[in-house]
Amino acid sequence: MLDLAYLIPLFPLIGFLITGFFGKKLKSEALIGGIASAAVGLSFAVAATLFFTLTGLPADARSHTTYIFSWLAAGNFNVDVAYQVDQLSIVYALIVTGIGTLIHIYSMGYMHGDKSYPRFFAYLNLFIFMMLNLVLANNFLLTFLGWEGVGLCSYLLIGFWYDRKFEGVNIRFTGDAANKAFIANRIGDFGVLIAMFLIYKTFGTLEYNAVNTAAAVAPPDAGIMTAIALLLFLGSTGKSAQLPLAVWLPDAMAGPTPVSALIHAATMVTAGIFLVARNATLFALAPDAMTVVAVVGVTTALVAATIGIVQNDIKKVLAYSTVSQLGFMFAALGVGAFTAAVFHVMTHAFFKALLFLGSGSVIHGMHEEQDIQKMGGLKKYMPVTHRTFLIGTIAISGIPPLAGFFSKDEILWMTFEHGGHGPMWIILAIAAFCTAFYMFRLYYLTFGGKERFDHHRLHPHESPVTMTLPLNVLAFLSVVGGFLGVPYALGFFASDHPNLLENWLGPIFSQANGILGRGEHHSIHAIEYVLMAASIAIATAGILLASKLYKEESEKPAELARKFKGAYNLLLHKYRIDEIYQALVVSFIYQFSERFLWKVFDVKIVDGLINGAAKTTQSAGESLRRIQSGVTQNYALLMIAGIVVILTWLAVG
Amino acid sequence: MLQDFLNSAPIPLLSALATLVMLLDAMKRDGARIVFGFSVFSLTAAMAAAIYTMFLPDKTTAFNNMITCGGYGAYFDIVFCLGGVLTLLAARPFLLASNTEHGEFYSLILFSICGMFLIAHSNNLLTLFIGIEVMSVSFYILSGYLRTSRFSIEASLKYFLLGAFITGFLVYGMALIYGSAGALGYNEIYQAVQGETGARFPMILLLGMGLLIIGLSFKSAIFPFHQWAPDVYQGAPTIVTAFMSTAGKAAAFSAFIPILAVLTPESSSPVAAKIGMLLAVLSAATMLVGNISAVVQKNIKRMLAYSSVAHAGYMMMGLAAGSVRGASGIVFYVTAYMFMQIGAFILISALERGSEERYQNLEDYAGLAKKHPVMAALMSVFMLSLTGIPPFAGFFGKYYLFTAAIESGYTWLTIIAVISSVISVYFYIGLIVAMYFRESDVQEQDSRPGLAGISLVISAAGVIILGVIPQFIDKIAKSLF
Amino acid sequence: MNLQSVPLEYYLTLSAILFVIGAVGVLTRRNAIIIFMSIELMLNAVNLTLVAFSQFFGDPGGQIFVFFVMAVAAAEAAVGLAIVLALFRNKQTVYVDEVNIMKW
Repeated sequence: MLDLAYLIPLFPLIGFLITGFFGKKLKSEALIGGIASAAVGLSFAVAATLFFTLTGLPADARSHTTYIFSWLAAGNFNVDVAYQVDQLSIVYALIVTGIGTLIHIYSMGYMHGDKSYPRFFAYLNLFIFMMLNLVLANNFLLTFLGWEGVGLCSYLLIGFWYDRKFEGVNIRFTGDAANKAFIANRIGDFGVLIAMFLIYKTFGTLEYNAVNTAAAVAPPDAGIMTAIALLLFLGSTGKSAQLPLAVWLPDAMAGPTPVSALIHAATMVTAGIFLVARNATLFALAPDAMTVVAVVGVTTALVAATIGIVQNDIKKVLAYSTVSQLGFMFAALGVGAFTAAVFHVMTHAFFKALLFLGSGSVIHGMHEEQDIQKMGGLKKYMPVTHRTFLIGTIAISGIPPLAGFFSKDEILWMTFEHGGHGPMWIILAIAAFCTAFYMFRLYYLTFGGKERFDHHRLHPHESPVTMTLPLNVLAFLSVVGGFLGVPYALGFFASDHPNLLENWLGPIFSQANGILGRGEHHSIHAIEYVLMAASIAIATAGILLASKLYKEESEKPAELARKFKGAYNLLLHKYRIDEIYQALVVSFIYQFSERFLWKVFDVKIVDGLINGAAKTTQSAGESLRRIQSGVTQNYALLMIAGIVVILTWLAVG
Repeated sequence: MLQDFLNSAPIPLLSALATLVMLLDAMKRDGARIVFGFSVFSLTAAMAAAIYTMFLPDKTTAFNNMITCGGYGAYFDIVFCLGGVLTLLAARPFLLASNTEHGEFYSLILFSICGMFLIAHSNNLLTLFIGIEVMSVSFYILSGYLRTSRFSIEASLKYFLLGAFITGFLVYGMALIYGSAGALGYNEIYQAVQGETGARFPMILLLGMGLLIIGLSFKSAIFPFHQWAPDVYQGAPTIVTAFMSTAGKAAAFSAFIPILAVLTPESSSPVAAKIGMLLAVLSAATMLVGNISAVVQKNIKRMLAYSSVAHAGYMMMGLAAGSVRGASGIVFYVTAYMFMQIGAFILISALERGSEERYQNLEDYAGLAKKHPVMAALMSVFMLSLTGIPPFAGFFGKYYLFTAAIESGYTWLTIIAVISSVISVYFYIGLIVAMYFRESDVQEQDSRPGLAGISLVISAAGVIILGVIPQFIDKIAKSLF
Repeated sequence: MNLQSVPLEYYLTLSAILFVIGAVGVLTRRNAIIIFMSIELMLNAVNLTLVAFSQFFGDPGGQIFVFFVMAVAAAEAAVGLAIVLALFRNKQTVYVDEVNIMKW
């Protein structure tokens, strides 16, 4: 049964081949979209079947490797194309294929009428294929193939509308955004590549199980382990948009919205978390690297969350939010809470895909308008989108009992317990506050308040059923998804093992947890209740602040100001209180995040580094070409110089 | 004697057929079509002969140890013939379009392949020298083939002057090795170098080795002897560039591997370490200079020329490693490179359609995906492979070489190689971006590659097959040593 | 005077000097034909080395090599002069420093 694992990536590959090569001939949009969706749907069915097969097995037998063929064989070096089905990879496979299916269905509505409809679905299927290779691989090399493959698909899909204008730093067209993503990713890939060499040199194999076991049994030199872990993490920062490589993700929003939902929110960007989780043992053996992971995660979570507050593009808010949530996940990994990270990957996939698809529905209904300052009052035009978007917003803000609460709370609790009892928790709590704030700001500006768009030009409408159906399913998952990981502290209503996910993933991380000296069971702390209450309070505070500032903000003043001057002054006075409030708190954050974090840190420093590297290469090339003068004898002169140097060195040195 | 001919079948066979092709051309005016057909046949026959000799027992030699037979040489013969066939198929439409089809073009390609055969089979410095010269002289003429084009003739002049210049050093190196070892045959040199007494004049031997490495470095365009390559590859007829930059480079490396094995028999000796370090430094400088220079190029042939300099640097990593893994890595890389580079140049030649103006600059490739979707897709495959992105052949080529270098302790070299590959992303992917993501306002009629299409499909198939089942070629490559 | 009595070093030094003269000629002269003559000088310097070693070892291999070097030089000369001729037809010059449309 478990040998059927090869079917999971096979179906999307077939789908890709059909839509890619015969897409133009098929003509019917429904047929093309149907084939592509069915391919991913079948994969999901297989993955689900395998999942249930696994649950029927004892916990220590839930890992199975299917060998397809020998890929590389060189002496004692052997790499197979082999798929490993175990607790971790099946969870990822379910997320990828499940959400993938929904987004395929959604895209059938969203991309309706696009001139490159078949190309879009071909890329999408190819992406799913590559992503499944990435998560199901039993060795680094196959994962790397998928890793490169998803990068390529992401690149192709960001630049899908390559001739559209797109605003950004040093960016004018979507094609430029695609380039930026590709370059940032390649810097990360370079880390993974070197890490693979080091792993092979140290352990003599590239298979995950063999490497992790070998490392646990006979840990090599700590320096090597730290180097390997840091290099792998460098790859993760590229793929998962962490500082300092986070810059590409907001610009990646140039791609079609389903792509943003699938690749740049739910699946590909979590590949970095996968890589770390898969090699939890290696990281556990490199405490210094763990600290770096945690610090980078926490910093990214805060920086991105504060930047999210000042954005006005609906997709950019969500993009910075994604970066911030990924930061939460890395923070969890950094303190050794691997399960919590994977849990958040899952719940985040639900609600962030939901939010992106919702934003896509809004953009669709608003005829490609993305500026939330030009929206408002969409509640009555798009009831389904509104309802589901609100659920997603509550879920990400961390209000129980929706999915986001459980996973975010677990991360907060784990960083408190294992991350130095304070500073990390406080920073993440501030980030969580910002999250609740900017998400509700987004919600109010989009759906609440007055309609700020031009009624003669725009007629907002609800999206077709192919688009609202996935929204409903994801909304349902965003509501109930969290119950897979109920914390032990709240376990009184489910006697034995309330945290299903932790039980499920336990064996995967037992080695790493053993090294880190983590016990199997949590004791129930009173402090955990306090922190839980605090995190709910923080989220509520963020929501209240947002509703105070944005719920009614744009409705009355301008309208009443003309009719009733006196009342206007009164209202103005009320607004002065808000202004003081704003000046004291929000404005500071505004200014800080806009002036420093966004304009200086993001634009100048991080962009500057990447552009600087490119410029250095360019100018090196410019000066190197000067020695290519075109005159034959100058070439001969350089040759003579080379000959003299070489011979002298050989004779003397 | 007959056995010698049979064992070395590809060489006498192709030499005879090439001469015949030349005579055929001389006797039959306007018979270029027949000459073309006969040339393709000759190469196929030589390839068949090479496959036949492939299975000879190890260390078979012929003609008083002047050449080795089978195995290593035969594998390279197959690669050269393959490159020749791909070139010839694409050459005919190219020459017809520019109205310059003459029979001697085909015979010159065949002669240069004869030279390459000798290089790959050489077991004596004299054979090596003759092989290199036969190949080079053919190349001098081929690069000036479009003799009314100022680009072509300039390329030819530069290549000729610098090539003849470096020949002086190459022969000097051979003379010094001869003077130290007292013989020209590889076997005798090997014994002299390895013997208890060592070579008679160790310093002369060292200088001779240096000069020989320099001479071969020139042929494979290694820094600082690479400067001819961009000019020649840009100016020569595109189809000739396709052939020179692949088969020519393969031939130079096919000479490198055995001669280095002879001259540095013990990899632990100080001399071997010194030579290894020299090769590693040359390799590092070459890939950096090649890739960095390619970044600023506007002309596509020139860009690919610099990139081919960089690829020579990658291949040299295998020489620096000085191990079986390194040597077999080179063999794999040469094969992979043959497909991807020849494919890219043939594609350019097909788009040029006989004009030296069309499709020269990178901006001419804007919007190619709209105009010629298949061409753009093929070009993307070649570019991705040259970048070294899996699952294309180039990735495994680099992979084998990088591992070989690491195993031999050249971790720093691998890091430089990875950095320069990252740089190379810029211009390879830049071309893909131009083709897919930029618009062009130039309208043009449909271009039909004709016979070149066959070459392109074979090249692309090779790139993909080598990327999917690399261990097939890798196993063969390992069995050669 | 017996040839045997001239030490090997003398031949080698002479040929090295000739080689360097040839190389300097290549670097300094502008006329393509004179450059090529300088290259011929370099090749002949090598021939001297080969013959000297051959004599020293009493091994004919070196002298046979010299024949081939001369034959190849002749072939190169034929090709080279043809190229220079074609160049002159094209650009009315044989000065190599005027032939630099391809650079950078």
